[in-house]
Amino acid sequence: MPVRIEKNKNLTTAYLSGEIDHHSCVLIRDEIDKTVNMVAPRELCLDFMHVSFMDSSGIGLVMGRYKLMHALGGRLRVSGVSRSAMKVMKLAGLDMLAKIDCKGETK
Amino acid sequence: MKALNEMKLTLESRSVNESFARVAVSAFVASLDPTVEEISDIKTAVSEAVTNCIVHGYKNTMGRIYIWVGIFENNVVKIRIRDRGCGIADIAQAMAPLFSTEPEERAGLGFAVMQSFCDKLSVRSTPGKGTTVTLIKTIESREQC
Repeated sequence: MPVRIEKNKNLTTAYLSGEIDHHSCVLIRDEIDKTVNMVAPRELCLDFMHVSFMDSSGIGLVMGRYKLMHALGGRLRVSGVSRSAMKVMKLAGLDMLAKIDCKGETK
Repeated sequence: MKALNEMKLTLESRSVNESFARVAVSAFVASLDPTVEEISDIKTAVSEAVTNCIVHGYKNTMGRIYIWVGIFENNVVKIRIRDRGCGIADIAQAMAPLFSTEPEERAGLGFAVMQSFCDKLSVRSTPGKGTTVTLIKTIESREQC
């Protein structure tokens, strides 16, 4: 499974792993949305620590979860982003939508 | 100009092949001793182009994706990715950042990513016939530094 989710009302964390592309992101998205709609957490964290590759499908994944959390009155955080994934996220200006922590930054 | 080395790859337009396509191209280019960042740039750009063939070119149908990679003098890599899908009527509009015909979670940034991760991008398309995307990138081989 490319995503493992820790449910908590205050902070729900989705630990993503492997490669995020158009093929894998459907499954990840459905899994996260199912949990988020059930728990309605105050904050959702997408953890990219174990993501080895990400293309622009990852942008859609983050933007879609931002909209979902926004609709629920919650916040989105993104953590453990590698340098190359950050390059893709910055291209889309995702750093203006959510707080993004890069790999190596302890939080 | 003749390529010093080249390869061809034909794939069915199944989304599960996206990963294979980008890994195969990056493995071929690995002979130039690219940096980790250059490899990741190539993988990302190829992934975007192949995804476009699957999501847009062939939409809900199955077709073939033709990939050709050539290595030229001075570490210039040319990657051509072609489909025989529906084609693009307005290339300028398709390439505009955030434009997407499939707004459902597609960010519309595929061409923007290809453009910024490669040195040169060109797109040729004929509606009803298909689309060819050519990516060019020079690998700053570590040996030369």
